[in-house]
Amino acid sequence: MKRIISRQEAYLLLILITFAAFLTFMNPKFLTLENIFDMLRNNTFLGVVALGELVVLISGGIDVSFTAIATVAQYIMGVIISSYYLNSVLAAFLIPIPIGIALGAINAALIYYTRLHPVIITISNLNVFYGLLIFFTHGKWIYNFPPAFRNFAGIRVFTLVNDRGVPYGLSIFTLMWILLALLTWFILRYLTIGRKIYAVGGNIESARRVGFDIFRVQLFVYCYMGALAGIASFIQAELSQMIQPNAIVGHELDVLAAAILGGASIFGGSGSALGAVLGVLLIAIIKNGLILMKISAYWQQVFVGIVIAIAAGITAYQYQLRRKRSRRDAKG
Amino acid sequence: MGENVVFLSAKSVSKNYGGVLALKGVDIEIRKGEVHSLVGENGSGKSTLVKILTGVVQPEPGAEIIVNGILRSALSPLEAFRLGIHVVHQDLSLFPNATVAENIAIHEYTEKGKLLVNWPEIYSIAELSLREFNLDIDPDMELGKLPLADQQLVAICRALASDAKLIILDEPTSSLTRREVDRLFSLIESLKKSNISTLFISHRLGEVLEISDRVTVLRDGNKIGTFERKTLDKNELTYLMTGKRIVQESRMLPLQSQEIVLAVKNLSKEGEFSDISFTLRKGEILGIIGPRGAGRTELALSIFGMNKYDSGEIIFKGSRVNISSNRDAIALGIAYVPENRLLQGIVLPQSVMYNIVITNFKKILGRVGLVNRKVLRSFVEGAIRLFDIKVSEIGAAARTLSGGNQQKVVLAKWILTSPEVLILDGPTIGIDVAAKESIFNLVQELSAKGVSIILISDEPSEVIYNSHRILLMKNGKLVSEYLPEEISEEELETKIKE
Repeated sequence: MKRIISRQEAYLLLILITFAAFLTFMNPKFLTLENIFDMLRNNTFLGVVALGELVVLISGGIDVSFTAIATVAQYIMGVIISSYYLNSVLAAFLIPIPIGIALGAINAALIYYTRLHPVIITISNLNVFYGLLIFFTHGKWIYNFPPAFRNFAGIRVFTLVNDRGVPYGLSIFTLMWILLALLTWFILRYLTIGRKIYAVGGNIESARRVGFDIFRVQLFVYCYMGALAGIASFIQAELSQMIQPNAIVGHELDVLAAAILGGASIFGGSGSALGAVLGVLLIAIIKNGLILMKISAYWQQVFVGIVIAIAAGITAYQYQLRRKRSRRDAKG
Repeated sequence: MGENVVFLSAKSVSKNYGGVLALKGVDIEIRKGEVHSLVGENGSGKSTLVKILTGVVQPEPGAEIIVNGILRSALSPLEAFRLGIHVVHQDLSLFPNATVAENIAIHEYTEKGKLLVNWPEIYSIAELSLREFNLDIDPDMELGKLPLADQQLVAICRALASDAKLIILDEPTSSLTRREVDRLFSLIESLKKSNISTLFISHRLGEVLEISDRVTVLRDGNKIGTFERKTLDKNELTYLMTGKRIVQESRMLPLQSQEIVLAVKNLSKEGEFSDISFTLRKGEILGIIGPRGAGRTELALSIFGMNKYDSGEIIFKGSRVNISSNRDAIALGIAYVPENRLLQGIVLPQSVMYNIVITNFKKILGRVGLVNRKVLRSFVEGAIRLFDIKVSEIGAAARTLSGGNQQKVVLAKWILTSPEVLILDGPTIGIDVAAKESIFNLVQELSAKGVSIILISDEPSEVIYNSHRILLMKNGKLVSEYLPEEISEEELETKIKE
């Protein structure tokens, strides 16, 4: 625990650097600040929800409904600010969060009281949330946003100018991602609820015997996922400047993959915020690199799939090793 | 020191589970700093009593539980915890993904209103309790990476860190090697010096007699008595537990044939066993005994094709065979009944019927290769009669059976495959004396029918009275061979410990 960086994170960092070096060698454009800032901004949605998924995975659960949660939260926000022409970014930012939390709470309650596997509950809720949204909205797009909403997307933390005179810089959304990553790290490391999340994911029966309130932990975890889905939906709407109900749903597996790639175990109990960030970056770099190398989009999918399989294979193998070790100790 | 000061005393404790009296007016008294053992066969009420002492289960009205001089009629889990009554469960209830320090100080997180984690505090709590009992365990280590024995010590430290006055150890030694048991016992000794009481629950009577000050015996929910250790020996304790004088005598029949069925030559596997050679004759029962961790299970698994060996050869009925998977072994006629029946031998939620036929599907197929339900029923009913399995109906889930009957199901499913070599790995672990008897009767019958048996056991008496030859295995090597008539239980016991 005293180590700043775990072995898994160190591996990831190493792979990341190797990939980056290779891509730079293939196309020097890769290692320009402009490309990197661009890449970071384009992956903010993925990065933010991966942090939420990480927390759910650590607790031993899984959430695949967050795309529907984000879509619902985003749509309601869109309807409100466009129909009242609400010229406030703060309102646009704050509306989706309680919606996400409420939908997350529904997930948590169903998971706790039905005792069904979270994957079943969240797949059902993915369909319920999304289905209801499409039913009521008929899938209509929203794009007439007030100016404050439009201008906010252009804000940069600092601005540089490239040799063609075009300004670029670190997007405000990337800053949000970084802050949320720090928040997640802090919760997991320094709040008792964070440590309880690890404990529940490590051994739920022991956690119950020690006297932890399992429902509170699950409620926190799925609501946190919901809140981050809400924030991410705001970011996504800002970046694309329109709201399409079908833009987000379908990306569940990318996010899961990023979190698992970053060291979260599908069996619960392990993972870190830094790992989740690195996992997203690795997928982002692979995709970006393949684009720069002008490789077909289908091959990109194949490639990302292979990387995920390898990473998930490694974690499963480590899990087996650990189990084998304790089994060997247990027998004569 | 407060000699004979009572920490906890419980009087007239009864418990009724839906009409079945699990405990009938039991009394128990635990002194400060005492090591008190609780023994009894399965179903004697030990676990019910523990649950009452820890507040998990409430006794029938009329019970008196006096802790530190204060009378209560029952305890709640929280009260028990606050009074310092802690259990270390068999499964330890730890968190493999957290560090040793967090595992020890986990109760810091349950304190009300605590939002932030105080890391320095957690480490100091952990280091303090590790140091107090001279345990050389790194608090920064991930718990799951420690050997099981160390994890158990951590579990005890956790109890100590939250001010335990009485630590209840539930079957703490069942998976420990002798050296690890010694380490655990020296920790218990130092608890004693700190005036902390221990309630030790174990099936291993030898260890009970070694560590306890006093022993309370339960039988069928009744208290038989509390005895000073000095007044007891193994036979006496067995008698108190079962109510029967079990006279152990060899009932071995001489071997019918000298034909060698299985020969193992110079079998080795790095880190597990080396240079193992022995032969097994037709109908012979070969006992393999040794301390835990000697490599007996690994050797058995190698013969059964589930643990690839590095070198050496296995000769089955005169020809060298290459057993590369358990399917090969089964095809040859080798069957293996695992030590941990719950993990490896039985499918608990499935019916007794399917558990028995799982290895015998070919025998119940009808004309077109589908399961013939009539044949299936009669096959299973025959097996239940033959093995005397106590079960309400053949469709009952295996989990509803007692330990002894579960073990019989596992034996049945393998014996009905008509093996020529049957490897029994710890067939009596966790089952009571009566069930042991009937299992060994079965083993004798099989041997008389010409089945060769390898009997792996921890108990000297088991191999002495139930085998034709005994091999002693230590640190992965066969160290000596005895005939049962030339060695006594005590001698064998000391040879194992040496």
